[in-house]
Amino acid sequence: MKIGILVNEGPYNHQASDTALNFCKAALAKGHTIWRVFFYYDGVLNAAPRAEPPTDDRNLFKQWGELAEKHGVDLVVCVAAGLRRGIREGDTAPGFRISGLGQLIEAGIQCDRLVTFGD
Amino acid sequence: MDEMESGVVKKFMFVNRKAPYGTIYALEVLEMVLISAAFDQDVHLAFVDDGVFQLKKGQDTKALGQKNFSPTYRALDGYDIEKLYVEAESMAERGLTEADLLVPVEVLSRADMGALMNEMDVVLTA
Repeated sequence: MKIGILVNEGPYNHQASDTALNFCKAALAKGHTIWRVFFYYDGVLNAAPRAEPPTDDRNLFKQWGELAEKHGVDLVVCVAAGLRRGIREGDTAPGFRISGLGQLIEAGIQCDRLVTFGD
Repeated sequence: MDEMESGVVKKFMFVNRKAPYGTIYALEVLEMVLISAAFDQDVHLAFVDDGVFQLKKGQDTKALGQKNFSPTYRALDGYDIEKLYVEAESMAERGLTEADLLVPVEVLSRADMGALMNEMDVVLTA
């Protein structure tokens, strides 16, 4: 199945990022395709470029980057939501790219399922 | 863009559950809705829970120091977005009637709103 993911909340403050990551890993392990992950609202903060979470905790930024690197998952940060929160083109964590909300609508059109993580 | 020329038309529903101010969700949902209009999809907006306050007439945000974006709802028909649904129970629980709203809507019971959601291909909630 072709799956699109929408992450609506920032890392650590909310479980959404962890759960979305686990969902992506499980879906990939079952042979599904994660066609795109779109980050919106405070979800754009998952692409924060200079975050340094405590070393005895999970590193969500790194885990997203590894998902992009190992599985070629397309990680897209909303440009407008990003600019509001200090995330911009050329200044994101590795593995993310910046684009418009059209990329989310496109995921809704192209994917068999669009799954939202957030409240 | 390929996706605009693909000819696929899906039923999208944007579900608004939050009050217009206090969090940014209502405003950023509206930004999603406006972009979706460019993709020629079958767009539906639902207003439930505190989301019904987004459509209340006479919003004044001066004291909040935030932009009053409620006039945008009146502009949606210019984008061919005309399917707005408000849940009757949510309005009643908050002492609102259809006369309090700033745009024409279809009022649905909770059960009918659920049935409508069930018909959608893509549901985006905030």
